[in-house]
Amino acid sequence: MMPPLLALQGVSKSFGGLEVITDVAFNVEAGGRTALIGPNGAGKTTLFNLISGVYRQDKGSIALSGEDISDIASRRRIGLGMARSFQNIRLMPHLSVTENIMLGQQARAGSLADMLTPLSLFGRTKWRREAEELLGRMGLDTYPGEVVATLPYGIRKKIEVVRALAASPKLLLLDEPAAGLNPTETAALSDFLAEIAETGVTLLVVEHDMGFVRSLCDHAVVLNFGRKIYDGPTGSVQEDPDVLEAYLGRRNRNEDAAASAREGIHAA
Amino acid sequence: MGGYWSGILAILAINVIFAYGIFLPVATGQLNLGGAGFQAVGAYAAAYMSYTYDWPVALTLILAMVVTGGIGFAVAFPILRLRGVYLVLGTFAFAEVVAGLILNSETLGGAIGLPVPAFVDYEVPVVLAALVTLFVFYLMATRFGLVMRAVHDDEVVSDLMGVSLRGVKVAAFAVGAGLCGLAGGLYAHTFTYVEIQAFNALVSINVLLFVLLGGTQTAFGPLIGAAFFTLLPEALRVLLPQLQASVASLFGAAGDMRAPDDSWRFVILGCVTVLMMVFRPEGLVTRTLVERFKPRRRSGLAAAEASA
Repeated sequence: MMPPLLALQGVSKSFGGLEVITDVAFNVEAGGRTALIGPNGAGKTTLFNLISGVYRQDKGSIALSGEDISDIASRRRIGLGMARSFQNIRLMPHLSVTENIMLGQQARAGSLADMLTPLSLFGRTKWRREAEELLGRMGLDTYPGEVVATLPYGIRKKIEVVRALAASPKLLLLDEPAAGLNPTETAALSDFLAEIAETGVTLLVVEHDMGFVRSLCDHAVVLNFGRKIYDGPTGSVQEDPDVLEAYLGRRNRNEDAAASAREGIHAA
Repeated sequence: MGGYWSGILAILAINVIFAYGIFLPVATGQLNLGGAGFQAVGAYAAAYMSYTYDWPVALTLILAMVVTGGIGFAVAFPILRLRGVYLVLGTFAFAEVVAGLILNSETLGGAIGLPVPAFVDYEVPVVLAALVTLFVFYLMATRFGLVMRAVHDDEVVSDLMGVSLRGVKVAAFAVGAGLCGLAGGLYAHTFTYVEIQAFNALVSINVLLFVLLGGTQTAFGPLIGAAFFTLLPEALRVLLPQLQASVASLFGAAGDMRAPDDSWRFVILGCVTVLMMVFRPEGLVTRTLVERFKPRRRSGLAAAEASA
């Protein structure tokens, strides 16, 4: 049997005395679109940082295509087929749009010859052409030479996704891609990501917007206080009692019960 | 060309090379306040070989560059573990150590210094400065240049994009040190004498100022910064007496016949520096400024937005 594209087993992580990820295990199957959801502070971004190698887990293992990547340096992981975006836009503000995309190609262009070939001095090199083509395919070719800091938020959000795509990843990790977008932009982003998924890229998406999650993802993993509380199809996530409790508190018959629940008495 | 102007031109050329030597690490986000130390290493390497073994200038300059680059490479590994203000202090301390070692070395003439038999006229530094400028522009247009600027903007993201942070920083620091060494070698042959007092902390501060005030985002920055801050004091040397005379005549005085006080030039220089930091904190030449002078490459939509 093919190993899952991404497999987490017994992953835990503490900062000082605070355990923020506790014994989390789940698989992301190749070709799937998985959502990672949970209330604020549930540990979603920390989990992304563990997967991409910004932090190292204290316990457990993270495997990509069946190979344990726990000991692989963060900068080498993108070369293995895993690229990510960030919760707060982290494009390089002083680089142009095309240059940001070309930075995304770095994992495939790290040889000395690639490093010392001009990208634009004598006509456009294959890397620049490839970056501009990718921007064109994603409908972002109106701004190639603009310095990123001057562009609108929604555009920058999309450019960050395209930068991750420039690495030709098998697995794309997106941290709240729809945060801060208006409903029209969110719908457009959802279509945009669905198109990317059509090309065979597996998505793992952290997102709060449940409408966005339902329209894009087929599978959901829910975290609460650093523990996995749900792992199943997106369709039934909102009926799951544990998930409801995590988001809404305990379900109660009446107001009095709610009050006693606050005092720690089990009423439901 | 008169001796005065050829002298200015030689100093300007040396300063441009020196500024590029500091610019390379600064462009990756590493402030180098040890410029005088690297320049001293290059100057003494060239002076020693010229004085003791009578090496030709071409060889002493290459040696100055290689030795300083090598020392820069070796020092980069420990020193680039430091960050922010600690890195600044570390590089500053490096320059002090170099000065101390040279001051206590009999072979290098100690406090007296070394004479340099081979003199080069201004053409050599000017041609080399032009070559170095072309080299840095080329470097900034490569993927290495792109990665340098990326590391400057965000180290965590650069790392996740597959950039070797240490590789980029060490390479920029070492190549920059090599350029400082070349500037030092040229200094030795231009002034035909090296003494360690000439490579003091003020030199390190000035060259870092050239770079920071010129702008660290493009290769134009150090060129403009070095030119501006080398020529401004000289321009003030001419303008200041005129300025004093015209101010004096405003008040009906027949013009002050006193010799102009030289230190006023540095007061004005200091004020200009402060003003530039207030109004152009990212440097005189920024990326956006350069973009503005390029042919527009925005197409349909953006143009429509602009006209709407």
